[in-house]
Amino acid sequence: MDLWQQTGAALAGMIRKREVSSAEVTESVIERMEEVEESIHAFVTQTAPSARAKAQLVDAGEQDFGPLAGVPVALKDIICTKGIRSTASSKMLENYVPPYSATVAARLEAAGMPMTGKTNLDEFAMGSSTENSAFFTTANPWDTSRVPGGSSGGSAAAVASGQAIWSLGTDTGGSIRQPAALCGVVGLKPTYGLVSRYGLIAFASSLDQAGPITRDVTDAALLLQAIAGHDPRDSTSLPGEVPDYGAALQGGIDGLRIGVVKEISGEGLQDGVRAKFQEAVALLEGLGAQIGEVSLPTFEYGIDIYYLIAPAEASSNLARYDGVRYGLRVDAKDVISMNSLTRATGFGPEVKRRIMLGTYSLSAGYYDAYYGKAQKARTLIIRDFARAYKDFDLLISPSSPTTAFRFGEKTDDPLTMYLSDICNVPTSLAGAAAISVPCGLASEDGLPVGLQIMAKPLDESTMLRAAYAFEQELAFSAKPPIWGAS
Amino acid sequence: MSITRTDVDHVARLARLELSDAEAETLREQLSKILDHAARVTSLDTKDVEPTSHAIALSNVFRVDEIAASLSQDEALANAPLAEAGHFRVPRILDAEP
Repeated sequence: MDLWQQTGAALAGMIRKREVSSAEVTESVIERMEEVEESIHAFVTQTAPSARAKAQLVDAGEQDFGPLAGVPVALKDIICTKGIRSTASSKMLENYVPPYSATVAARLEAAGMPMTGKTNLDEFAMGSSTENSAFFTTANPWDTSRVPGGSSGGSAAAVASGQAIWSLGTDTGGSIRQPAALCGVVGLKPTYGLVSRYGLIAFASSLDQAGPITRDVTDAALLLQAIAGHDPRDSTSLPGEVPDYGAALQGGIDGLRIGVVKEISGEGLQDGVRAKFQEAVALLEGLGAQIGEVSLPTFEYGIDIYYLIAPAEASSNLARYDGVRYGLRVDAKDVISMNSLTRATGFGPEVKRRIMLGTYSLSAGYYDAYYGKAQKARTLIIRDFARAYKDFDLLISPSSPTTAFRFGEKTDDPLTMYLSDICNVPTSLAGAAAISVPCGLASEDGLPVGLQIMAKPLDESTMLRAAYAFEQELAFSAKPPIWGAS
Repeated sequence: MSITRTDVDHVARLARLELSDAEAETLREQLSKILDHAARVTSLDTKDVEPTSHAIALSNVFRVDEIAASLSQDEALANAPLAEAGHFRVPRILDAEP
């Protein structure tokens, strides 16, 4: 097996025991990028030279960087990296070089992890297919005529094609879980506040969370460990001790009560998704879990609530792109024209649509009917979860209603694209945790299907334990065709 | 919920977005359709329900009021499209239309 084919956990152990050097691992990943990036287009920026320098520093052994030292990582290009261009895949920030690093980037840097590049995304993380990148589209490694999902499509495609051992994405309404599902990898959206948002280019501040996209559940636990924990630079960051997620994997799920969410596990699913999900339910039952169906009626309104709240927050957050302090400027005779022309030129169609939607739902006369109403409905979603968790320890559903779709299939109709996140937005609105784990290939198209496991806020440990037990029992080993190509 | 062209122009002005005629027309249609769907939330009974702004709310997050390192003026200006004498430079503001 080539080094780039190994998991993060395996490589970390090999590096620690000095069976391989970080330089060898990093070089293997860089070579892999050179081989397949031209057919995948996962990266906005590649940073091989600084990754090599970091690997050498780790190999010099003068400093103990901790358990993940030397294993390279790729970051979604919405995570600020000091001195390295961070674009959010927008023309607005095409030449933006942050003067500081996001806390998550700084923590991985301090953990001795060479960063090999910044991955493509839907502009400002707004989208479900990575087709909204202002630069280029990213291909799904399982079928390059299809999208990798989004918005963290570059991160998921990089991990699935072997160009990254693991990566960080961000999730506002499914942007880690849905691309992980469509690319056949693991994606974990942490509880809101578990991972610092400092230095993430903001989309919807009450929803945004960074989290790992990895090849297996163990790696997700390890990478989450590296980024989780209180950060004084983020006032929404939660205080308190972070559990040992690696230790939490063991123990099995005998007796665990798992609820199948009726509203997002039945109607409207692709046949192959439904079939694989039902097999997953049976497998969990076989492992001793007590399975029951549970209804969370307000989930039917999840997309509606989300598309009133997230664009409202986005319209406010993106007001900062005014051509004054950083980013693009289009000159004009006065400052208001300069602002308006800069924004007209720098933002793509989806970002404009969301700014318009958000500005509308916040505007005088509509605030109470739309934004205010959606905030109250958000409370109802949280209450639905609380009710369900009286009877169940975890909730499950498919991670996405369909497998990876073709380029252009949903771009003409924004609403159809928005509905791709129907399984994911309730957890985001509740600020809770969820993970997508591969549960097989759909029989009609041979593409990966993801199982979504949702947990109470800050119960990542139970969620990871169930995900790990499921993964071990299923032993899903299929790889995209490109995996064997070199 | 049908959005008029006047609504689109008004919101675009609030959002400081210069839109072409074609863009404004497309957005009028799309926003109408999206809001039609989203307006389903109005059927939910939210009487006596408190709004949620943050799902996991913290209150009164303070830090010690100590001077710490921050960006230098040069670093803060490094990405400015136009800077002059330690300041951001912008086109004229006075006499500009409101």
